[in-house]
Amino acid sequence: MNAAFLATLSLELLPAQLRDMVTGWLPEPWRWLVNSILAIAVILASFGLLFAYLTLAERKILGRVQNRPGPNRTGYFGLLQPFADGVKALTKEDIVPRGADHLLHFLAPVALLAFSIMTFAVLPFGRNLVAVELDAGVLYFFAAGAATELAVFMAGWASHNKYSLLAAMRALAQLISYELPLLLSFVPVIMIAGSLSTQEIVHRQSGWMFGFVPQWHVLTPWGFAGFAIFMTAALAESNRSPFDLPEAESELIAGHLTEYSGFKYALFFMAEYFGMCALCGMAVTLFLGGWQAPLPFLEFIPSYVWFATKMLTLLLGFIWVRCTFPRLRIDQLTRFAWKFLVPLALINLGTTAFWSLTSGWTGGLQIARWLVAIALVVIPFQLIGRKLSAGLGPRTYRYA
Amino acid sequence: MSANDFSPLAPQAGSHVREVHDPLHGELLEVSMGPHHPSTHGVFRMIVTLDGERVMKLKPVFGYLHRNHEKIAENTTYLGSMPYTDRLDYLCSMTNNWAYAIAVEKLSGQPVPERAEYVRVILAEITRLLNHTCLAGFLMQDCGCSGTPLMYAFREREKILDLFESLSGSRMMCNYQRFGGCRVDPSADWLDGARKLTDNYGRFLDEFETLLTGNEIIMARTQGVGALSPELAINAGVTGPMLRATGVNYDLRKVDAYGVYSRFDFRVPLGAHGDVYDRYMIRVLEMRESIKILQQALATIPAGPIMDPKAKLRGFRPKAGEAYGRIEGPKGEIGFYLVSDGSPNPYRYRVRPPSFVNLTVLEDMCLGQTIADAVIILGSVDIVLGEVDR
Repeated sequence: MNAAFLATLSLELLPAQLRDMVTGWLPEPWRWLVNSILAIAVILASFGLLFAYLTLAERKILGRVQNRPGPNRTGYFGLLQPFADGVKALTKEDIVPRGADHLLHFLAPVALLAFSIMTFAVLPFGRNLVAVELDAGVLYFFAAGAATELAVFMAGWASHNKYSLLAAMRALAQLISYELPLLLSFVPVIMIAGSLSTQEIVHRQSGWMFGFVPQWHVLTPWGFAGFAIFMTAALAESNRSPFDLPEAESELIAGHLTEYSGFKYALFFMAEYFGMCALCGMAVTLFLGGWQAPLPFLEFIPSYVWFATKMLTLLLGFIWVRCTFPRLRIDQLTRFAWKFLVPLALINLGTTAFWSLTSGWTGGLQIARWLVAIALVVIPFQLIGRKLSAGLGPRTYRYA
Repeated sequence: MSANDFSPLAPQAGSHVREVHDPLHGELLEVSMGPHHPSTHGVFRMIVTLDGERVMKLKPVFGYLHRNHEKIAENTTYLGSMPYTDRLDYLCSMTNNWAYAIAVEKLSGQPVPERAEYVRVILAEITRLLNHTCLAGFLMQDCGCSGTPLMYAFREREKILDLFESLSGSRMMCNYQRFGGCRVDPSADWLDGARKLTDNYGRFLDEFETLLTGNEIIMARTQGVGALSPELAINAGVTGPMLRATGVNYDLRKVDAYGVYSRFDFRVPLGAHGDVYDRYMIRVLEMRESIKILQQALATIPAGPIMDPKAKLRGFRPKAGEAYGRIEGPKGEIGFYLVSDGSPNPYRYRVRPPSFVNLTVLEDMCLGQTIADAVIILGSVDIVLGEVDR
């Protein structure tokens, strides 16, 4: 072991050492409680800050894509913009419509935020950085995530506004439709890893093919398909463009957020970004090798840095998609889920079963295994995709 | 009655509309979209009756921007109305000016020098580029793009507005045409600027089309949506790109061949389905034809006076009579009907606004479609409320 590796090791263990410094002197029965509170505080603080700067990054990137500078008046490069926005949201008047259900109107943003923060508990941020090591962590994650639908519907119903009501109807249709492909897309991972624990899933993706290719799930045919389906469904689950129908600005003003102002609106915003971060974090855990380095010689960089890098890359992908795509219509949105994503996810289960059964094949058979698996992914994708977009296509025009 | 009874191609109107409070089928939702709404393109209001997401009834309400344009024009001189026509369709002041100038020139028999005719064609085609670019941007914004196509469109619009500003002194309210010519002679530098814009515009259109035209979501959103039959379009008096998208070959630049349009070689693109995608594509293809016209006009523009020296601006009193002047504006046929009684003010002044007439078929296009479709159908009609309400 050389000195560089030792230095890395100390960086790697830094969070744990800091925790022990704070709580080490406590008697054993108390340590668990204080450790949990500490974990909650750290997650809230770091993701709160990430949320703040993610909004800035989104506005900046959107601005650059659209030939404009984005926010640049508050602080250098607009770095203080998130705080200015926070102060603005806090000092604004909180308006509740007269006909609204006051309790539900208040409860909706709170519930949404609570459910989306709960999902962070099982995400493994680093080698030994997970708030709660649950044996059924993945299941817990998606159960907590699914509860956010309730909060969105609550907001739409309680607002006493027709646009909000339409948005609530859309939100339910959309979130329930996309829950299914989201859940089906990670079942293959559990089939291969044989565990519902997030840390266990990450450990199963360790090791190197040919000494330098990481054994992440996304680098297999079934894993790639699962990852693509997962990310598409995640876009819809987090109400992001092109699936931002519940808050479709062009027809429903702001959808379920129409009657929210001030800090309640900011809470919705925050919950949405938290949900996005959590889903990206889960995608990293399930498919992108979690906190593991992409190449052997990069292992000296601490694991939590890798996790953050991968998660931010996926988040930037979300922002990029938002810059580019228009919105789908609600019937097209549900059709896309039920007729395209769900069948593909189901076929992917079969592909994974094949992959799992043929894990003993070597040599020429190994190549055949890859080819069959790729065919099992690509052919259904092409066939179902063509069927779905039948009748659509570029047109040629005649001239008088 | 199930929702499937409404095929998008043959919307059923009138008697089939359900009552809002129908105890048998459940209640319909009446939503008043507008007059302040993000995507009604101004102070326009649609009272939409919805069954879930589906539009069962749509009542357009306008007049929020009524400014008494026609009556005011009857109480001012002929020239005094020229700057006021800028405010009709505030994106296309140059073509509004030209249509009004043509009407007055017809009324008084005023000839126009050749150079002025060329400048008018150049400005009208640049206005067409400006209007169609903005429309495409707005339409994509209505489809839910987060501003990217709109900002690309506005980047190009800025270049055009700079050209207008350097020529007329104003970016949008140009007040440039006069009876018998144009107000100022464009310099050689200005013509070079116009040439540069024309040469670069094709590249912008390529970029814009790469982003949008082949996009699967855009095709899914717009193809087969808001289809208009040629028969209904003709009966309703629809003109412009909206009519040509239904496949009817009617372009005043070819039909009337006003100005010097007969000297230029250009084609008229025609759609086949009359849906939102066709309306978008017809506009893109028209822009490509406009570039061709611009290149020819800028290459062959003759020297000479910009104003007819005998033209009378102050104390202008046409003989008693009537005239209707019309041109192919970017939105359709923009016409001015004038009746003169020999006094300095017109006795009757009437505008035929293209987007107002095109808007009358909105309900026919929207019935049976979803609320999200209604928004992009309205976007594809290309309305400017200054012109609709006058």
